[in-house]
Amino acid sequence: MRGSRQAAEQPIDHSKTHSRTNRQESRDHMHKHTSEFDPHLKDPVTKPPLDPHLKALENEAIHIFREVAAEFENPVMLYSIGKDSSVLLHLARKAFYPGRVPFPLLHIDTGWKFPEMIAFRDEMAERFDLDLVVHTNPRGQEEGIGPFSHGSAYHTDVMKTEALRQALDAGKYDAAFGGARRDEEASRAKERIYSFRTPDHKWDPRNQRPELWNIYNGNIRRGESVRAFPLSNWTEVDIWRYIQAENIPLPPLYYAKNRRFVERDGMLMWAEDPRFQPLPGEQIQEGMLRFRTLGCWPLTGGIRSTATTLDEVIAELEIATVSERQGRAIDRDQAGSMEKKKREGYF
Amino acid sequence: MTAPANTAALAEVQDLPEAEAAKAVKDSRPLRLITCGSVDDGKSTLIGRLLWDTKAVKEDQAAALSRDSGKQNDLGLPDFALLLDGLQAEREQGITIDVAYRYFSTDRRSFIVADTPGHEQYTRNMATGASTADLAVLLVDARAGLLEQTRRHATIASLMGIKQFVLAVNKFDLVSYDKSVFDRISHEFKELALSLGVRQITAIPMSALKGENVVYGASTIMPWYDGPTLVQALELATIRTATAGGFRLPVQRVSRPGESFRGYQGTVAGGSIKPGDSVAILPSGMVANVKQIVTFDLVRNAAVAGDAITLVLDRQVDVSRGDMIASLDGQPMTGLGFDAQLVALQPGGIEPGKRYWLKAGSRRQRVVVQPVSQLELSSGKWKPHAETLAMNAIGKVRLSFDELAVFDTYEQNRATGAFILIDPDTNNTVAGGMVTAKRSDLGGIHREGERVLLSLPADLAEELMASEAFAARRDDVDIRRISGQRSNEIFETPD
Repeated sequence: MRGSRQAAEQPIDHSKTHSRTNRQESRDHMHKHTSEFDPHLKDPVTKPPLDPHLKALENEAIHIFREVAAEFENPVMLYSIGKDSSVLLHLARKAFYPGRVPFPLLHIDTGWKFPEMIAFRDEMAERFDLDLVVHTNPRGQEEGIGPFSHGSAYHTDVMKTEALRQALDAGKYDAAFGGARRDEEASRAKERIYSFRTPDHKWDPRNQRPELWNIYNGNIRRGESVRAFPLSNWTEVDIWRYIQAENIPLPPLYYAKNRRFVERDGMLMWAEDPRFQPLPGEQIQEGMLRFRTLGCWPLTGGIRSTATTLDEVIAELEIATVSERQGRAIDRDQAGSMEKKKREGYF
Repeated sequence: MTAPANTAALAEVQDLPEAEAAKAVKDSRPLRLITCGSVDDGKSTLIGRLLWDTKAVKEDQAAALSRDSGKQNDLGLPDFALLLDGLQAEREQGITIDVAYRYFSTDRRSFIVADTPGHEQYTRNMATGASTADLAVLLVDARAGLLEQTRRHATIASLMGIKQFVLAVNKFDLVSYDKSVFDRISHEFKELALSLGVRQITAIPMSALKGENVVYGASTIMPWYDGPTLVQALELATIRTATAGGFRLPVQRVSRPGESFRGYQGTVAGGSIKPGDSVAILPSGMVANVKQIVTFDLVRNAAVAGDAITLVLDRQVDVSRGDMIASLDGQPMTGLGFDAQLVALQPGGIEPGKRYWLKAGSRRQRVVVQPVSQLELSSGKWKPHAETLAMNAIGKVRLSFDELAVFDTYEQNRATGAFILIDPDTNNTVAGGMVTAKRSDLGGIHREGERVLLSLPADLAEELMASEAFAARRDDVDIRRISGQRSNEIFETPD
């Protein structure tokens, strides 16, 4: 299971990677670099303690991680490489310290991610001794499905939603951690921390289990699963402040850099991929650009920015008046578009 | 700036919130609050106003809002309710059918709002939202005053352990800012709250639509009101912590990354701990001492309620998920029978004698539930009720376990006194409950042919005799009225 990064080019064979005995063996190994538990091996702590607000959010997330890891047979963490995933990963490492993260990370690679994302993903897996599973929809790959040739909606449906279902089915995962936050989008405001999914990954917003106190109901039948959201109560500002306080590494795409791009439908589209084709009349521009969210590059708008450090990014954020999903083409189709996608199994 | 020009104009003639000063680090954890009100009290408008005036609404969200609604209110602001009713079903039905969570912050504090439905049939959702809340904002329409629904909501909120109420007397512009209306409603409410045992009460006259006394003050319009705005009241509210009382660590997980390390992972649910402290492992009762408190960042010299930690003990003891590690002095209650109050959350209700799963902390065990009485929300009285508790019913019940259970009372510790019931047939969460007491041994001694002599105050005896269970077996019972002195003599005479 470890080192399955090479599987990026082909569908993964879960029968090999997920035998129970292998899992049990790898589950509780120490971190690679600490052969024996000894706190003094760690660097002396120099950073100031978290403020009570962030500490409370961190405690809650760690509680959720531990609860799911203990209650479910075969959890997985969805890893999308963005800032929320980076925070999620950091919290997972904290939750299970001094042990390793006791479940694999699953990345759905649509084939249209920024190369800097893939490089960062592999570096994190190596540095933190993670089990990484990468899946690309083989059908979509065969049919050459992409956002330009097939449209963003169909591309997302096949390469993201369908691919995620394939990977979850193949891994027989009964719980999947995600980095969704309730403040992101209207339909998410009512999502539970343990969000129940039918065997075909459907979400029924009208029939959610009540969730009281911090007591989570993990009872499911075979085939059913739960999406667990440790960051439910975090806001975008919390994410940034936590990244700053904890010094969490982020993909370089979040920082402004001289990049080539075009302006298309009000969105600044990255134009450095060989598959990029300018439309008639489109001028390739060059300038300082960064991204507020990361996804498939044809669907992820950049913003003009000079922020090259975390402090500068946060300074920009504090005066920003546009919500982070604004750069995403996916939400703008129609009212309730995200709810519709979620019911179909989009994360 | 998201605040539109006319809000800015209003702000000029009104008080600016004091918190406009420098950006500060949030000095406390988020205040969790619940908002409740009847259908037309303007709750969505109030929350929309809170988000809007604290600048939690971003420009593109506001743009989507005016695009979706296609209309604006007479102040040129978008329809706030649409901002909140996230699910399409709600847009179609025009009601709020589920608990939604909202986030906003001021320079002093951040807030998590559980926005709960006003409809009577969604009482269960209110209980859900109230379970984590430190404070309840109860909304009334100034023209209508307190309604039965207000009483219900206040009763449920207090039952779920909320000790702070804010009464928002909304639509105050529609009663011409009449002080006497405010005095009457707030007086009536204070009586209600006090009868429920809630002493921290703030009443605020406001117009959510116009933004008066929500974030911005309105002293020019209501010079007679010198109390806080809603946001000021929320900034001043206290957050309950379970740091007083005994140490509690429900064990979520045993961490064994290598032969040399064995740690017990969980979130401290009460009290505090430091290395060297003696602890008991419950329910087994084994004793050990704390060797280390491990976290990712550092080995700590203390941990308090709310901290997610890994605890290392000084000796090999049998500890597994679901056990509770507690301070040796001041342990929780351990037993097979407990009294509790619960809210029935699902259409099937809670059936007497049925075996449910009970989950409390990280512990899941089988339980049989026997309803005893039911709360009549309109009167606030408990009526004997030994049958199925229907959905939305609030009942007193007896819990009987096969294996030892560990609880504090909910009053003492919300984290270790709360539980949920799970129906083993549907796997759904069917009740949320709060432990009130460990049941006396009396319940466990009933054997065939034996009799029990009770001595009760006459009024309690009368209540007991009015119950159906009593009436059904009236012929089996002997009753004699005696003096207190005679009763003492009987009970002090050895068998």
